[in-house]
Amino acid sequence: MKKTKLNKAHYILNGKMVEFTGWDMPVQYSGINTEHNAVRTYGGIFDVSHMGEIFLRGKQALDAVQYITSNNAAKLKPGKIQYSALLTENGCFVDDILVYMLSENEYLLVVNASNIDKDYKWIKEKIVHFDVNINNESTDYSQIAIQGPVSEKLLSEFTKEDLCAIKYYHFIKGEIKGIDSIISRTGYTGEDGFEIYFKSDEDTASKLFLDLLDKGKKYNVIPAGLGARDTLRLESSMALYGNDIDNSHTVLEANLGWILKLKKGDFIGKNFLLKQKNEGINRKLIGFELIDRGIARHGYPIYVDNKEYGTVTSGTYAPYLKKAIGMTYLPVERTEIGTKFQIQIRNNKILAKVVETPFYKRDKKN
Amino acid sequence: MNLDDFKFTKEHEWVKVEGDIGIIGISDFAQKEFGDIVYVELPSVGEKIKKGDACANIESVKAVDDIYTPISGEIIEVNEELESNPENINKDPNGKGWIIKIKIENKKEIENLMNNNQYNDFLNGIS
Repeated sequence: MKKTKLNKAHYILNGKMVEFTGWDMPVQYSGINTEHNAVRTYGGIFDVSHMGEIFLRGKQALDAVQYITSNNAAKLKPGKIQYSALLTENGCFVDDILVYMLSENEYLLVVNASNIDKDYKWIKEKIVHFDVNINNESTDYSQIAIQGPVSEKLLSEFTKEDLCAIKYYHFIKGEIKGIDSIISRTGYTGEDGFEIYFKSDEDTASKLFLDLLDKGKKYNVIPAGLGARDTLRLESSMALYGNDIDNSHTVLEANLGWILKLKKGDFIGKNFLLKQKNEGINRKLIGFELIDRGIARHGYPIYVDNKEYGTVTSGTYAPYLKKAIGMTYLPVERTEIGTKFQIQIRNNKILAKVVETPFYKRDKKN
Repeated sequence: MNLDDFKFTKEHEWVKVEGDIGIIGISDFAQKEFGDIVYVELPSVGEKIKKGDACANIESVKAVDDIYTPISGEIIEVNEELESNPENINKDPNGKGWIIKIKIENKKEIENLMNNNQYNDFLNGIS
């Protein structure tokens, strides 16, 4: 099994370890509910070093990024980040990614852990005609996510940089405890927070993780695992590759039209999506809440007009909102807020309704 | 809590016998393995179940699992309070966290279960 450079820290912290797409990762430390609500109220620290870092460098780096992604990378400036997608010719997902513009000729693509090898191979194949080099530096980089309202206060104890000046979806290069890092104001929890990327040995990485927790104690910051990461992202209606988005649903069907810029130049999937946009989609990803008691989970069958239509793509008990929520695809004419449908939970068909997303939205105080 | 009156299964359910009635729940070890319990699906009163049947369903944020009855009989009461306070199983697995009460059909089924000491030995063997 693969191990992140912070692996030792998880054992010191007595994390409950599980295999996650080939990685030995903590699913929880103190409990998913506790960790989830700590992130919403104070802060939580996650090891997300399993995520992939693929760099594109060269004269035509921007052209290459534009060709392989759906969003308009020409809008980026050095220090700016964009949520985007790698799409198939049919407009479906190879992966959803973050694009970091490091400099005029250098971009960093942050990809899902389960897709690193697939993405690297796919990108390499698609960019052969561009003057650009591709490097998969995923194993060199560790990534720690500091998420929650106290993130800025806590992280500023570790750096001289002015964190307040980093706006959402922006980053700087700076030192964290003397370690060269990319300090990025991003996250997968729906809270304010930072994701820091750095290269170091195992002891340094583990020590930084433990030091962050140590200094975080006074703010009630605790370590958080993949379990809370999943419930936090779902409560904030963020899609997960492999659940809500995949290679059989298009970016339009996934309700992610805002990362699709059809007016930019040529890119993979453009022709198909132009056509789909004109003709309209048949199904759309929605958020739902259960009306009856129960918890819907990934893979449970859904019924529209008493006919089996598809399955729940993500479902959980939302620890902060304290209700059962989830996402699924529905026929587009049945996606209006309040529309009812059924989910089969064991032997019963349970009533659910379409609700507004995001389920949870933080108050933006700052 | 004194658990001398409790009998346990390898699947971590417990039975406490009071006359003809068997009270069924899950052990402290089981509730810890589950983590925060957020939902309990209970059977109907009057239902007749056989040893080994699924008689309730417990869900934590991440996990979902059936609870199997260690004894056969008719369900005479279910702990409805768990519908609004499922966390009672975490807080008090051998008390307030009981799940169902059964009119015992065959007392012999109880003799084959582990007592508290045997169950603790069993836990030490698996952990």
